[in-house]
Amino acid sequence: MNNRIKKLREESLNAECCISAERALLVTEFYGSHNFLPEPVAIQRAKCFKYILENKAIYIGEDELIVGERGPAPKATPTYPEINLHSISDLDILNTRKKVWFHVEEETKEAYRNIIIPFWKGKTNRERIFSNVSNEWIEAYNAGIFTEFQEQRAPGHTTFGDKMFRTGMLDLQEEIKSALAALDFYNDPKAYERKAELQAMFIASQAIILFAERHAAKLEYLAAECKDAARRAELEKMAATCRRVPAHAPSTFHEALQHYWFIHLGVITEVNPWDSYNPGRLDRSLYPIYRKEIAAGTITREQAIELLEAFWIKFNNHPSPPKVGITAEESNTYTDFSLINLGGLMPDGSDAVNDLSYIMLDVIEEMRLLQPSSMVQISKKNPDRFLHRALRIVKTGFGQPSIFNTDAIVQELMRQGKDVVDARNGGASGCVESGAFGTEAYILSGYFNIPKMLELTLNDGVDPLTGKQLGLATGDPCSFSTFDELFEAFRKQLNHFIDIKIQGNNIIHSIFASHIPVPFLSLLTQDCIKNGRDYNGGGARYNTTYIQGVGLGSITDSLAAIKYHIYDKKALKMIDFLRVLHDNFDGAEALLLDLIYKTPKYGNDDDYADSLAREVFDIYYNAINGRPTSIGGVHRINLLPTTCHVYFGYMMGAMPDGRKAHQPLSEGISPVQGCDTKGPTAVIRSAAKLDHIRTGGTLLNQKFSPSFFEDEESISKLGSLVRSYFRMDGHHIQFNVVSVETLLDAQKHPEKYRDLIVRVAGYSDYFNDLGVDLQNEIIKRTAHEAL
Amino acid sequence: MKGLIFDIRHYAVHDGPGIRTTVFLKGCPLACRWCHNPESRGTSSEPIVTKRRIGDKVFDENEMVGVRMTPLEVIMEAEKSRLFFDESGGGITFSGGEPLMQSGFLYETLKLCREREMHSAVDTCGLASSDNIQKIAELTDLFLFDIKLMDDQKHIKYTGVSNQVILNNLHLLASMGKKIWLRMPVIPGINDTPDDIRKLMNLLIELYPKVKNLNLLPYHAAAKSKYDRLGLDSSDYVFNQPTPEVMESLKLKLSQTGYAVKIGG
Repeated sequence: MNNRIKKLREESLNAECCISAERALLVTEFYGSHNFLPEPVAIQRAKCFKYILENKAIYIGEDELIVGERGPAPKATPTYPEINLHSISDLDILNTRKKVWFHVEEETKEAYRNIIIPFWKGKTNRERIFSNVSNEWIEAYNAGIFTEFQEQRAPGHTTFGDKMFRTGMLDLQEEIKSALAALDFYNDPKAYERKAELQAMFIASQAIILFAERHAAKLEYLAAECKDAARRAELEKMAATCRRVPAHAPSTFHEALQHYWFIHLGVITEVNPWDSYNPGRLDRSLYPIYRKEIAAGTITREQAIELLEAFWIKFNNHPSPPKVGITAEESNTYTDFSLINLGGLMPDGSDAVNDLSYIMLDVIEEMRLLQPSSMVQISKKNPDRFLHRALRIVKTGFGQPSIFNTDAIVQELMRQGKDVVDARNGGASGCVESGAFGTEAYILSGYFNIPKMLELTLNDGVDPLTGKQLGLATGDPCSFSTFDELFEAFRKQLNHFIDIKIQGNNIIHSIFASHIPVPFLSLLTQDCIKNGRDYNGGGARYNTTYIQGVGLGSITDSLAAIKYHIYDKKALKMIDFLRVLHDNFDGAEALLLDLIYKTPKYGNDDDYADSLAREVFDIYYNAINGRPTSIGGVHRINLLPTTCHVYFGYMMGAMPDGRKAHQPLSEGISPVQGCDTKGPTAVIRSAAKLDHIRTGGTLLNQKFSPSFFEDEESISKLGSLVRSYFRMDGHHIQFNVVSVETLLDAQKHPEKYRDLIVRVAGYSDYFNDLGVDLQNEIIKRTAHEAL
Repeated sequence: MKGLIFDIRHYAVHDGPGIRTTVFLKGCPLACRWCHNPESRGTSSEPIVTKRRIGDKVFDENEMVGVRMTPLEVIMEAEKSRLFFDESGGGITFSGGEPLMQSGFLYETLKLCREREMHSAVDTCGLASSDNIQKIAELTDLFLFDIKLMDDQKHIKYTGVSNQVILNNLHLLASMGKKIWLRMPVIPGINDTPDDIRKLMNLLIELYPKVKNLNLLPYHAAAKSKYDRLGLDSSDYVFNQPTPEVMESLKLKLSQTGYAVKIGG
């Protein structure tokens, strides 16, 4: 990297995360000083968006090439009081917690105390949600049965489509005008709503153009003041760029990156969408412009790399907006899950890997930044060279890029009824979630604690942690004479809570649709304009809501232990087993030895356990897949945990697989930590027994010691391992390459490992920023040593 | 017919081309002092102690090394890795112990490999009757052939047997046109003296170009605890580990013969 990039990167790494009250104050000012009675909500939201972009501070850093910040400065993080309102004590927690902290100035707290809190208290969307969901939903939520993404953040979870790299806001305005002209108030009962939504989108498009022009004006001013001729020329060029995009479709490489970046800022300023926003298939989308400019001699490879690196750094300046309430205490993460996709397929199904794919892999390796996250899509049509290049970066041990199976993603999306071209234009965003980029709203609604269903079943519906009758009274487990009876009770318990979760989803989706429309995000997502409908109201071409299952390994091993010891071997009585669980295995070391070492475990290619994993999968799938959402979409499943397996584990007592109370559950579809003893091919074979094509994403984490990457031959064999998994329709695999010694030393001497990034689950994080239990859990994940 | 197997490992990446499943056959005619698989030597099952810790309690678990399996059972276990073989150009490797000590079983299993188009490698110390080795060679795609010491007196001293038959078998396989990768453990001061290396190079040159691959396996002392767990005396199992520099310079020197020399399997 050159000196400029080195400096910008250092500045980004050293910038202190802080809370900025700027956005909250502007939103408060706007709602406090406008009379909206006659205006539809969508138009109010669009005007509010415009008000923020008209009035927020414009930041242009020294030597920057790509400009624009969500807050007044890098890592100054805004809040969203209309969605969730931080209390003074939340701000104090953020300011003082040891991990993932945000500095809070006294002035910010004053603004909250005197202006923001008095205005918003009692009016936030979070309060609206909690006063509308049912009591049983709240009880289940509090007991750690499921989480709810939308209680603190808006539905987002979507990705920039390729089309938007070729579309300017003025083009969209023309589309909106045509759609408005085509409204049929005689025959379309929704015409009035559509009109309001389209008008709101129009205002949002004007707002983002205005925001770009404010940057242009400031850049022109800076250029006029600049003594250095070279920098002056740069500033003039940047100003001209901001005059053109995003109003017009980008015509140069530089414009394309700046175009996306303004839009990215727009999306994460409008609301706090889950998983920020994502440029999608960046190598594929930028390649035509890159090739044209290289051929014309208007850009060099080095200049393109410099611009890309400047672009990368912008992501790192934008930490995830922090939560409120008890969750503010949790050490969360700074990462906001923007996942850049490389490789994969062209719309016609041919290989999409190009020169830029390799250049971007170089950039990823050189930048070594927490954000953006990156992944490679590997189709059977992509060359091994591309996969091997990616693996050589994985080897350096910062967890990127993760590796996805394009052919599985395309099948998953098509199974859900999507067009083949939309499917090929898709990929994965967030952690591992499949989506049709630019055409789909695929909303993650929350994690679901599958093992907790067994815990409730074993206690006749009573939560042993609280003694409350939480679930269905499915019967005294000691009365079950066969394993099938127990399994049926487990199924009923699971269906019961999925019903509760879906009932909540329907309410929450409706709340967002009517109270928090997002006209700006809707502009960008096809076919919201055509449908005259908001992204949050089902306006996208495809609308999917996911419930993410957690703890597949833990539930499988627990069921296997019961089946094996109680019903098959009859070596143990249910009543005795329950007592041991109740006592958290105290004094039951001999049994624990049997449970851990002499019981079939998922992840070892052992059908005894793996067939139970399949049955659990089917139950989970049948409970959710295909059920309608309140905005016209469909519920689907995926299997990923982010860090929720730690929280869910904390909310549970001891389990039959030998896991003690409050310990983390297994993550994704990975085996229980330390229980896969037959090597990586066995793990892959077990994981591939699940039908990935019926999900919208699964997460398989494999920790490898660096020795697996020692030479080209090893890389090639790992490449074959990946290809084999993908031939079995595996969705995703990621490698943690780091030695256990390194991690242990990092726990002891965190100061020496400030740059140590590890793969957590679908994303990477600084090891130092993880809670100690999550650190321990990562250390425990089996390090497969060279055989 | 059953063979005595002491381990089957998938994702074996150091035992031939591609991703392999290595089947370890129990029983060995040699008694190499540096042996890192002491449980592989005896020709019958034997107990091994595993210490397992649960909380503060330590449990001594007695397990048996060695199970009897039919050729089909072995192949079906390897078949689990079939897709990995196909993707990587891998296959099955028979190691040990010395697989030729169970040549009847090995022969039947190799026959199944041929029927099923499964690439096969045999990792051998080379000590077997020439009839036996010829018969096995007909069904084997690749030999991983161990060369330990060229000096016969030293060979007898450190492995318990003469190297005459071994070297004859190596020449026999080469004359049959079989594909062979030579493997040499490197034990500093024992088999890497200038005299040892000179003799080794003579052999390499003699076999070239029928044989072109040599893997140098640095001795490691990792197996000491295994000796203890088997109740064996490990006092003889004390050698120096070669430094990476020693390995590199050896590799450089041996490469002069035209061989593709690789450190590690």
